[in-house]
Amino acid sequence: MIKWIKEFSKGLVVSNPIFVLALGLCPALAVTNTLDNAIGMSGAVMFVLLCSNMLVAVIRPWVSGIVRIPTFIVIIATFVTIVSLVFQAYIPALYESLGIYLPLIVVNCMILGRAEAFASRNKLSLSIADALGMSLGFMAAIVLIAVIRETLGTGALTFFGITLFTLPVLDEQPVSLFLLPAGAFLAIGLLLAVFRKWGLIKND
Amino acid sequence: MTDLLAIFIGMALINNFVLVKFLGLCPFFGVSKKLTNAFSMSMAVTFVMLMASAVTWPITHYILIPLDAEYLRTVVYILVIATLVQIIELFIMRTNYSLYSAFGIYLALITTNCAVMGVTLVNTDEGFTFVESMVSALGAGAGFGLVLVLMSGIRERLEISQLPDSMKGLPVAFLVAALMGLAFSGFAGMV
Repeated sequence: MIKWIKEFSKGLVVSNPIFVLALGLCPALAVTNTLDNAIGMSGAVMFVLLCSNMLVAVIRPWVSGIVRIPTFIVIIATFVTIVSLVFQAYIPALYESLGIYLPLIVVNCMILGRAEAFASRNKLSLSIADALGMSLGFMAAIVLIAVIRETLGTGALTFFGITLFTLPVLDEQPVSLFLLPAGAFLAIGLLLAVFRKWGLIKND
Repeated sequence: MTDLLAIFIGMALINNFVLVKFLGLCPFFGVSKKLTNAFSMSMAVTFVMLMASAVTWPITHYILIPLDAEYLRTVVYILVIATLVQIIELFIMRTNYSLYSAFGIYLALITTNCAVMGVTLVNTDEGFTFVESMVSALGAGAGFGLVLVLMSGIRERLEISQLPDSMKGLPVAFLVAALMGLAFSGFAGMV
């Protein structure tokens, strides 16, 4: 049980996929222009990572050697297809705004990395802990970036149509730079520097 | 002809894969520390993009669409790219060893490079013809290479500059990318 909690908690801060390992950066930057997109993307990533880690951990005794990586890729691609079809059917608006980044979860190095580095070497329960921890760490990171970008870029924060709050001055004069791609690089770079300054993340 | 030029410029500058679409960031931040490495990497990526587009186009239009199985494209594309990279790696290793020692290590990394998968998905989403797909792959590769080479030049200078400890490495690379992204947003609306 202690080991389970250890594997679960490491993804949240110590080996946070975005800020520490710098894996899965493409979606972290591309879909963080609104909070809705960030939540949709992290939900999809959580489903795919959890299912692929579970399946890889279960079939681990029968898959080895050179067929390992191709097998993992097919497993991940299958779950990504499932999640795309579900999004397309039930939340088409989110499916449209995520665009090609939804199928691109296949090449998210974080998922293949966890399958190869963790699930193929550990038993099912620990692989579930690892997937949950990693995907919650991913979610926390991209939701944080999205909140900053949407708040500064539009002067308000909305959550699936509900306005959470509106800022007084920024509302009329938003810093629309933060909605541009350049704003994504700026936000993540400054966050990373601040975390390092506070000692949350080790320097290079 | 002007259509093709528009696609090329659109993919290379306006919708630059790295700075606007955020594809291929791992090599952008990982490999681009030396000018020569950056150049080799971008040549390898462009080549794989061209090959991947050339193979996935007939598969999409002659197999997936007639069978009404377009939902399989994610699985099919990633398998095609992974196989293709393996074949190219073996082929170069057997025929031209000096080229292999220059490109080899990058080829293995390209399978999980989202830029290659991205170009095939964009080609299908935009409904490009075969020639247009090839031009768009070439444009995407050229844009990727341009940014990678520019970034490596800047990073060679950054290595010797004075920075606060917490900014060294990745954070400052992101800020440089932000400034480059601003410059590239000036291309918007060009075509």
